Amino acid sequence: MKTEIKKQFRWGLLFFLTPVLLWLILLIVLPQIDLFVMSFRSENDAGEMVWSITNYLNFFHEPIYWLTFVRTATYSILVAFFTFVIALPVAFYITKVVKPRFQGSLTLLLLLPFWVSEMVRVYGWMILLRESGVINHFLLKLGLMTEPIEMLYRDSTMILGLVYTSMLFMVVPLISVLDSLDDSLIEAAYDLGANMWSILFKIIIPHATPGIVSGSIVVFMLTLGNYLTPNLMGGKNSLWFTEQIYNQFIASFNWNQGSAFGFLLLFLSSLVIWIGLKLSRQTLSKVVQ
Amino acid sequence: MKKLLFVLFLLSAFLAINVSIAAADTLALLTWKGYAPKTLVDKFQKETGIEVKVTYTNNEEMIAKLRATRGGGFDLAQPSQDRISSVQEKYEIYQPIDLSRIKTDQIIPSMLEAVKKNTMVNGKPHAVPFCWGTSGLVVNKKFASDAKDYSDLLNPKFKGRVSYRLKRPTLIALAFSIGDDPFAMYNAENAYEALMNKVGQAMIDGKDIVKNYWTNGDALLQSMRSGEVYLAMAWDGGGWKLNAENPDIDFLAPKSGALGWIDTFALPAKSENVDAAYKWINFMLRPENAAIFTNAEKYGTASDGAVKLLDADVKANFERSFPQKDIDNIKWYPPVPAKLEAIEGKILDKVKAAK
Repeated sequence: MKTEIKKQFRWGLLFFLTPVLLWLILLIVLPQIDLFVMSFRSENDAGEMVWSITNYLNFFHEPIYWLTFVRTATYSILVAFFTFVIALPVAFYITKVVKPRFQGSLTLLLLLPFWVSEMVRVYGWMILLRESGVINHFLLKLGLMTEPIEMLYRDSTMILGLVYTSMLFMVVPLISVLDSLDDSLIEAAYDLGANMWSILFKIIIPHATPGIVSGSIVVFMLTLGNYLTPNLMGGKNSLWFTEQIYNQFIASFNWNQGSAFGFLLLFLSSLVIWIGLKLSRQTLSKVVQ
Repeated sequence: MKKLLFVLFLLSAFLAINVSIAAADTLALLTWKGYAPKTLVDKFQKETGIEVKVTYTNNEEMIAKLRATRGGGFDLAQPSQDRISSVQEKYEIYQPIDLSRIKTDQIIPSMLEAVKKNTMVNGKPHAVPFCWGTSGLVVNKKFASDAKDYSDLLNPKFKGRVSYRLKRPTLIALAFSIGDDPFAMYNAENAYEALMNKVGQAMIDGKDIVKNYWTNGDALLQSMRSGEVYLAMAWDGGGWKLNAENPDIDFLAPKSGALGWIDTFALPAKSENVDAAYKWINFMLRPENAAIFTNAEKYGTASDGAVKLLDADVKANFERSFPQKDIDNIKWYPPVPAKLEAIEGKILDKVKAAK
């Protein structure tokens, strides 16, 4: 009797798992393996495909490739930092300052921009910032400027766009850690004569570290893997590492080099995160809770 | 019992998929923006009952998409004639085209011959022409009346008012403008690479001058309309479209020669609806339909009888921008040998990464 139930349970489980397993294996695991194998194949001088690690060596030999990666990684860290600086007051306001009954609607307001696709949001920014755009138009009308200026296609605009895109992913973990912070700690600190800055650095940030780290990881990874925003808002100076992968696949027809870049991106970004965890003395298991 | 149910479930799922594929008579078309106007798609459906599903793309993505599926997923593609033979030799993503199923008397004979010759692989042609046009300069004469050649794209006089694509045509155009002939070096890889490096360096030095690298034709037209860009390297059709709205803006055949391209019809290797594909080709090249396309998009047509049916202003465009000596000076793209794309790709990456 018991074995009968067990058998039925297995069939049922298999029945429900099949779509998921098919999805995972056919669409994610197999292509990844294919790409991994591909990244170790390259064309020799005679035009034949042979096993080699040339694709990986190319990354280190050609300054343009690794410089692009360094640039992408540096900017992603900067974006994660700016996002944190902006998101912390927002999260603090929602959890500690505002009346509890408004908390839900404020969080909803944060979510609202994410109901439209990233593409639409980026085009929205482009309409605002371009030379013949809305902001320039108003500044000119108000007489604050005599000539319109091009605000798009700069590194700073690109960072603005990326920070905007990743705000939510920093605010949500911060809200959840700040929720667990006991208000009486802050009150006690004030009673004992602490000022705002020492409360921020001695109570709030240490308490919020797991949230900060997990938010930063998400923002860092999302920014590093972003293609659309750097490409559209950054314009002519914005070679992003993802675009380099795209170029290898599409423009140069070199899928082998492209997949090697893909795995290097995966490996190097994991390395950056590992270093970040070590520096902040956090462990991944604690951070992802 | 459960086992039986499960098998039944799987079976019905597969059947459902198969039925949905077989039931609808559709043509999956992989093409460029504007190449399948809605009026013609509707007319085709009324005439034949076949529904056309259009996917817009460009040459590079077209090749990548078909390569990924080994020539499947689409029933008909429209690559440029110079990007077919070497790609076909390497990846075999197309199938030979059967000229007996195409009403060849609808096509301008010289163009048909040229495309046949350039897409010949293993002794079989792989494409027929659909339309043609050139890349050259689109100029706003109010601000940049003295722009005459591609070299003006790097002219400090137009700082911040220039736009071009970061793609191979730009490299080739700039190479022509410094007096070299990149097409003649197509088979001399090293010389070609040296020339392209020189052009790439010039583009890096001129990076202050360009406003942005355009990727989307509509977005470029928008920046020219608003006066943000005075001078761009672009397709003739776009320039003529703008000319109809604002006479200051027009297409100009550059002094060192406009770059001539022919876009074609080619059958992907695993095309599932070859009959519909041939029907669409014959339909699109029928003079009255080809004329509808050219009148709307302004690109030249490969349809023989369509010229008589064109609007007066479309004819005027050609006569205004292309005096006889400029027509003779058009540089037609020869088939691109393999390996050049990798050279160009690297240089373009360098240009984009440079400060």
